Amino acid sequence: MAGAQRSDKQTACHVSEKEKDEALIVRIKNGDYSAFEELVRKYQARVYSHGLKFLNSKEDAEDILQETFLQVHKSLDKFRGEAAFSTWLLKIATNNCLMRLRKRKKMIAVSIDKPIEFNGSKLTREIVDWSKNPSLQYSNDEIRMVLDNTIAKLPEDKRAVLILKDVEGYSNIEISQMMGMTVAAVKSRLHRARIFVRDELSVYFEGALEHTKTGSVK
Amino acid sequence: MKCQEILEKLSEYIDKEVDPSLCDEIERHIEDCEPCVAFINTLRRTVELFGGVKHVTPEIPPDVSDKLNAFLKEKIIRNP
Ligand SMILES: [Zn+2]
Repeated sequence: MAGAQRSDKQTACHVSEKEKDEALIVRIKNGDYSAFEELVRKYQARVYSHGLKFLNSKEDAEDILQETFLQVHKSLDKFRGEAAFSTWLLKIATNNCLMRLRKRKKMIAVSIDKPIEFNGSKLTREIVDWSKNPSLQYSNDEIRMVLDNTIAKLPEDKRAVLILKDVEGYSNIEISQMMGMTVAAVKSRLHRARIFVRDELSVYFEGALEHTKTGSVK
Repeated sequence: MKCQEILEKLSEYIDKEVDPSLCDEIERHIEDCEPCVAFINTLRRTVELFGGVKHVTPEIPPDVSDKLNAFLKEKIIRNP
């Protein structure tokens, strides 16, 4: 017993986030409300900004925040610790965001499953390389607006994958766990979503750059 | 490889998730295919634009945090 305690102390300096969260969760399950408050303090900003990115509304993000943590407290017994707590938490938050999007219903989903405009082996339009355009920064309000509007047009599964991967930086595996889909399905949605956004940005930049001849295609 | 086949792999390519042999094939193709290069550059730039917010630590306004704590206390402790 004493030996076990000593070894706990030795590893205490190297406790991973996962282990810290698990320790908090044990305390919460034993009825320690202050442990729950600690968990909320740790993750509230992440859940709030997640909601903001999905829903573009402070009010909705605040609702999602409250719903999500209440749900976390209620269903903590279902958390088995296979994935990290943060993954499980973000899965709940993402589901809540998606439900809210569905409720809004006014969202215009556009089809982006068609292959883009390569006709057989021939490229049927010019590809303008606007990647070096100096106005192209996220801090640029106009670009930001174009991006936000474009994301809003994406069907919800593709929007979710794009935000989780390219905005929030989760791995394909984490996203597959959050969304309940295979890694291949995550990759395919991500690719369609990125191409859609790229195309929208291209429309925005049309005329902003001189069209360069793109040469022959294979 | 044709442009269309390259295109299908570009997200994995810019994420560095394609296997080395495919990576070589893509790089050989784009050596003399300007449209594909332009497409890659712009797709990569698109992804980078979203990444622009990734490094910002998420923040929560203090009043939102206060309301959250009050809400949870109310629901969990006062009215379980
Ligand atoms: Zn090509």
